[in-house]
Amino acid sequence: MSSIGTGYDLSASQFSPDGRVFQVEYAMKAVENSGTVIGLRGTDGIVLAAEKLIMSKLHETSTNKRIFNIDRHIGMAFSGLIADARQIVEIARKEASNYRLQYGTSIPLKYLNDRVSMYMHAYTLYSAVRPFGCSVILASYETDEPNMFLIDPSGVSYGYFGCATGKAKQSAKTEIEKLKLGNLTCKEIVKEAAKIIYLVHDELKDKNFELELSWVCKDSGGLHVKVPESVYADAEKAAKQAMEADSESDTEEM
Amino acid sequence: MFNSTHSAPPPFWSNGPAPGAFYNFPGTVAPVTNPITHTQSPVTTSTSIVSITYDKGVLIAGDLLASYGSLARYKNCPRVIEINPNIIMGAGGDYADFQYVKSFIEQKIIDEDCLDDGLKMKPKSLYCWLTRIMYQRRSKLDPFWNNLVVGGIQDGVPFLGTVDKLGTAYTDKVICTGYGAHIALPVLRDALDKKPNLNLNEAKQLIKKCMEVLFYRDARSYPKYQLGMIDVDEGVKIEGPISVEENWNIAYMT
Repeated sequence: MSSIGTGYDLSASQFSPDGRVFQVEYAMKAVENSGTVIGLRGTDGIVLAAEKLIMSKLHETSTNKRIFNIDRHIGMAFSGLIADARQIVEIARKEASNYRLQYGTSIPLKYLNDRVSMYMHAYTLYSAVRPFGCSVILASYETDEPNMFLIDPSGVSYGYFGCATGKAKQSAKTEIEKLKLGNLTCKEIVKEAAKIIYLVHDELKDKNFELELSWVCKDSGGLHVKVPESVYADAEKAAKQAMEADSESDTEEM
Repeated sequence: MFNSTHSAPPPFWSNGPAPGAFYNFPGTVAPVTNPITHTQSPVTTSTSIVSITYDKGVLIAGDLLASYGSLARYKNCPRVIEINPNIIMGAGGDYADFQYVKSFIEQKIIDEDCLDDGLKMKPKSLYCWLTRIMYQRRSKLDPFWNNLVVGGIQDGVPFLGTVDKLGTAYTDKVICTGYGAHIALPVLRDALDKKPNLNLNEAKQLIKKCMEVLFYRDARSYPKYQLGMIDVDEGVKIEGPISVEENWNIAYMT
């Protein structure tokens, strides 16, 4: 790596001569080490899906979740360091709570995104702190409109129809691009999301993983919740079938 | 010789203690005049809360009036609210304080929903938490000027508790605050002595009677009220506005 040994990568508050901030780039590397997370926007809401890698068989299932509630109508999924992400979750909840106290309504996602991304950006400016080692996806469904933003460790954020971050973000993005997101409903998208997570999972490198699925949509009454058990089971089944069909066709070709 | 201008005789006793005023002995420093503390007395107030437990739940009633002193100022101020599927609450006293208390209770409920642990707050917890808040504020000499009545279902059993502005708290089968504690409480206790286990209908009739009596007797009351109900089987319902059946014929001498 060009950065090593030059001394320009020791602080987040110093540019390298070619105009890069290496600490921020390292933070993005931290994101790329963690399980894949995707967000898909349908006509009537948003589906978040996460591949939670299980490091040890001794871990209890459903601990260290990758998808959080920020407010009733806002969900957040992250990839990267979980401890860093929890800090983001904490301040996002505080911002949402504070907005409600001040204005008496729930915070529009646009505003929350602004505030959270400014917060993450602030950690790329000073030598005394390090940037956040995580990317977060914010999703909401308010006044019949789904919205989704992805924030990088640099504090940059964009609105998306479909986004992916983590280990297999490239292949996940190619899969997402194949979908016709503009005319799919959340019920259909849940299955697609599960399929993508199963598809991009690298069995050779990471053995076990847990699929996390949540949505915020018309069916959930505008609330961000884990998908109902029946929907989850269907989606997982569809994903596993798709994988089997895939491997069968592979062997045939061979 | 005599001065033609007639002057009033000198005061009989000056620079001494006077009725209705504090006296500072010579040589002592006058006390600092304290800032005016509007927050330590109520402004726009609501009156009694009447509540009762029956075999399968709790009823809480409160009228819709917010008075400005003795002026019947606002006539549509609901103060019996649903907190979550386990809890209802009624409040009397300063209406602004109640609105603030309500806003942070609602935020508390949202915060707990965000944890996504499948648990919902139970009435005893809210009751206990409110006692801490009320007691803390009274210890800061800036109390929330309210009587709060918490009703709900705690593990299948009706619960009813109250806390006042001093943090004094107790639970009982019947609770009335304000003027109701003088007028309605004896009526309810009497009924409960005669029949300790009421059903919903009997409880409703009692509440109706009490609201009627209170409207006749309490000069800060109003003939429209809300009735909050939480039932083991039927869940939470806030009914109203319900009108008191007035009959002023008895007021005329015939």
